[in-house]
Amino acid sequence: MNGEAVERHTITVLVNNEAGVLARVIGLFSGRGYNIESLTVAEVDPAARTSRITIVTSGTPAVIEQIEAQLNRVVPVRRVTNWTAEQAGIEREMALIKVAGTGEKRMEALRMADAFRARAVDTTHTSFVFEITGAPSKIDSFIELMRPLGLVDVSRTGVAAISRGPEAM
Amino acid sequence: MDKDNTLALAPAATGAPVTLTGAEMVIQALRDQGVTHIFGYPGGAVLPIYDALFKVEGITHVLVRHEQGAVHAAEGYARSTGKPGVVLVTSGPGATNAVTGITDALMDSIPLVVITGQVPSHLIGTDAFQECDTVGITRPCTKNNWLVRDVNELSRTLHEAFQIATTGRPGPVLVDIPKDIQFQKGVYLPPANVQHRSYKPKTDPDPGAIARAVEMMAAAKRPVFYTGGGIINSGPEASKALRELVDLTGFPITSTLMGLGVFPASRPEWLGMLGMHGTWEANHAMHDCDLLICLGARFDDRVTGRVAAFSPNSKRIHLDIDASQINKVVRADLGIVADAGKAIREMVQVWKAKKKQSQPLKDWWAQIETWRGRKSLAFKNSDTLIKPQYAVDRLYELTKDKDVYITTEVGQHQMWAAQRFKFEQPNRWMTSGGLGTMGYGLPAAVGVQLAHPGALVIDIAGEASVQMTMQEMSTAIQYNLPIKIFILNNEYMGMVRQWQELLHGGRYSHSYSEALPDFVKMAEAFGCVGLRATSPAELDGKILEMIAVKRPVLFDCRVDPMENCYPMIPSGAAHNEMILSPDDGGEVSEAGKMLV
Repeated sequence: MNGEAVERHTITVLVNNEAGVLARVIGLFSGRGYNIESLTVAEVDPAARTSRITIVTSGTPAVIEQIEAQLNRVVPVRRVTNWTAEQAGIEREMALIKVAGTGEKRMEALRMADAFRARAVDTTHTSFVFEITGAPSKIDSFIELMRPLGLVDVSRTGVAAISRGPEAM
Repeated sequence: MDKDNTLALAPAATGAPVTLTGAEMVIQALRDQGVTHIFGYPGGAVLPIYDALFKVEGITHVLVRHEQGAVHAAEGYARSTGKPGVVLVTSGPGATNAVTGITDALMDSIPLVVITGQVPSHLIGTDAFQECDTVGITRPCTKNNWLVRDVNELSRTLHEAFQIATTGRPGPVLVDIPKDIQFQKGVYLPPANVQHRSYKPKTDPDPGAIARAVEMMAAAKRPVFYTGGGIINSGPEASKALRELVDLTGFPITSTLMGLGVFPASRPEWLGMLGMHGTWEANHAMHDCDLLICLGARFDDRVTGRVAAFSPNSKRIHLDIDASQINKVVRADLGIVADAGKAIREMVQVWKAKKKQSQPLKDWWAQIETWRGRKSLAFKNSDTLIKPQYAVDRLYELTKDKDVYITTEVGQHQMWAAQRFKFEQPNRWMTSGGLGTMGYGLPAAVGVQLAHPGALVIDIAGEASVQMTMQEMSTAIQYNLPIKIFILNNEYMGMVRQWQELLHGGRYSHSYSEALPDFVKMAEAFGCVGLRATSPAELDGKILEMIAVKRPVLFDCRVDPMENCYPMIPSGAAHNEMILSPDDGGEVSEAGKMLV
């Protein structure tokens, strides 16, 4: 099972929202040596007490298969979905990006933000905070463009994913 | 103070909600779950539970001498009965001392319910006396664990704990109960109607997969059954079904260390154990087979050797109750997620219903007989020194007609016992397989003997391992448990010394058991019987003396200190590269040296 290419996968885990459940899921990744590229978690149904954890990970197909199987063993896990493998899901991430500068660089940052449909949510004479939403690759590109224009701080939420069409997870 | 049987309030019978303290709920839940024995050690944070225990009859508490001993004893109890083992220990060091045993149970899929006391809720997180993050520490070494925050959740949690420990792939669970919760009163729920929200193990095999497996088996020219502890966990009926499947197919069968006893060692189809110290015939059959039927085993690295060279020309069927085991180490051509017993029974039924016939296996069996002819377990005996192999052989011959249960520690003696002691039934062999815990065997024997009072329970031990949990001899004395600790004393950590000989130029770094106690005197100090054998001539007499004594015995069997355990697959080698003796060479590759 060696020699297979490493792939990037987005995996969503629906869990009972109980004490320690996030530690269980994350501990599985660290304990078995799996990668976590990003992690998003929040309660999604207070009545049913379920939380949704979205994990972007990477590994060979064999490793990804093991990740899914191991997640399914965790007692408070209700459902595991691998968006990359199973179906076309929608992936979105939000980022807050702070750029400091004056003059032409400042104007250029604003023009770029407009092109990327990023909104300025905080403005001073010497800085902007942009809010941008999109696929992680779009956010990557925007951050790279901001770097020479005075990028000083980045906060990213990690990926949230959901399926297309009428069906639930 | 008088014992009180009225604590059992039979809530199911009255139908009305019953109010109990948290501590009483623990005892009531244990009773409702049919628990008769628990292994434990009191301390500040479990005193209310011990107080409730004091007031009732029907549950025997075994006071160990160290919490690790409690867990191993519970494992021995569980493995030999099929029932869950129950452990009760205090917070902080009580919990941390239990961690080795809990991890051992996780690796070997042994059902345990461990109940720990915790500091009172308001002190959690303050570095209180004997506080530790028990659920944090045990999260990776339990199947599931809980910190109980509300007394009204306690009974449900305890019943869930038993359900999760004993169903699906069994394993240890832990319930951590703060002391204030033990004192508080709340509503007790009986075990019925406890439905878990997300835990639903799959135990019924997919009929399509069973049909395909039967087709593959009927087409195989060089098949082999590779069986494991999953069949033992499924219950004695699974072993019976396996025997029937072997009867029907005539296939050869091997097993892992954990599976010994699933198939009678006296039967001609039995190839012996496979793996690093398995037999020549079992490993070569694995290597050369065209169909490998794995039933309740998990392709451990001790079994596969070098994975890239593992059974290179076979199709693989892999039956496991835990879906994550399939394709974990080697790819399966057919995976079946199910309870081993159910799946094997289905295979038997489908084979019969379709009137299947095996392919002619004459050539395959002829090949296997050639491998058997190498007599890979043979050894050079001595008139003057007791060879450890000889000692195990004599122990087997002199006890085989008795109701005997064997536990072991970990190392050379464990492998010699696994190779040479012949098991006809499941649940007779208790050993630490996955974790390889030195010190397992003595407390495990305590648990086994407690469950089987009239049986002959023998811990085949090494002098190094046995010193790790030696204090439990005191427990054996307290509860009149006539366990026999049969120490193959070679004055070395034998397996470490063997590896140092083979891999590290004979530099025996810290593997000599210097300053050994006089085991006979030590036995006497504990109040046990001490026996010693130093020559082959006196061995039988001493073993018979050991069997005759109805008290715990420490047997110091002085064996050849330099004997190595063969056959052996050197680290990083393939099944067909195993060595039978040091003369075979057995060069270990640089990559192999890296492995454990």
